[in-house]
Amino acid sequence: MEIKIIKDVLEANNNIAEENKSIKDERKIMMVNIIGSPGTGKTSFILKLIENMDIPCGVIEGDVASDIDARKMAERNIPVVQINTGGACHLNAYSINKALSTLDFEGGILFIENIGNLICPSDFELGEDFKLAMANVAEGDDKPYKYPLLFSKAKAVVINKIDLLPYFDFNKQYFYDGVKTLNDEAEIFEVSSRTGEGFEVLAKWLKEKYDEYVQGK
Amino acid sequence: MHELSITESIVNMVSDEAKKRNVNKVTKINIVLGELTGFEEESIRFYFDVLSEGTPLYGAKLDFKKVKAEFKCRSCGMIYNRGNFTFKCPYCGSSGVLIEKGKELYIDSIDVE
Repeated sequence: MEIKIIKDVLEANNNIAEENKSIKDERKIMMVNIIGSPGTGKTSFILKLIENMDIPCGVIEGDVASDIDARKMAERNIPVVQINTGGACHLNAYSINKALSTLDFEGGILFIENIGNLICPSDFELGEDFKLAMANVAEGDDKPYKYPLLFSKAKAVVINKIDLLPYFDFNKQYFYDGVKTLNDEAEIFEVSSRTGEGFEVLAKWLKEKYDEYVQGK
Repeated sequence: MHELSITESIVNMVSDEAKKRNVNKVTKINIVLGELTGFEEESIRFYFDVLSEGTPLYGAKLDFKKVKAEFKCRSCGMIYNRGNFTFKCPYCGSSGVLIEKGKELYIDSIDVE
């Protein structure tokens, strides 16, 4: 006998993600889920970005192990919570739920640095306002073609290490075409955390998104 | 390895359903899996054998219905599937847009004794 079920396998996670949404909305927090490969420069990008932001910012640091990144944030007096997944390759809504309960932060942008990985984190909603996908010049221009789910879901796409463009065969047109096919609405930003290039534009865009978010609440 | 948590969800959801309906034996679980999700069928099967032990699901067959991502050409309007390293339309070579298909991951139905 066949019994119809039709239930999303990620339902349990998605329910907690919805709960996270209401928790962070009560605290007027816009939450941005940053996803990129290991070594793409997520931590230095967040540090540089926060330097350029004139609204309060906090960070949830996801790592398999260690608190190296969280300490870098804390040294600069950025409100931060470390999540160690102990081997798991992505953050889930439950881990964010716990982090939100310990983080003393409201009225600003909360960046979530997900585990360095382009596959798994894309499937798990955390209750974020949007995803920011990060690629970089050194890892190649084919990332949208290899990891389509992430780029199809991201509202913002960042190409980091743009100062390395003269040294790599990174075909920008090919990268842009890939992103735009998956996601016509995505905004693409070119930055270098080393030189600071592109951060002013991105910070301005984020501020606009934050203002829209606050007005919508 | 993120299939581990997904397989746990599948086992829990189907176990709950079996309990609710007084089912002692689930023989097949029909899952719909989109091409764009990062989930790999073989890994789900591997974890399933371990996680389902001692439940009415043990020994059940996992059936995956794969859904391919579809793109619509901006120029000629044809619907097509992607190539390996290109998203271009195979009919006219223009760019396309992803249409909402290929992101599915749900339990469609179960077969029970």
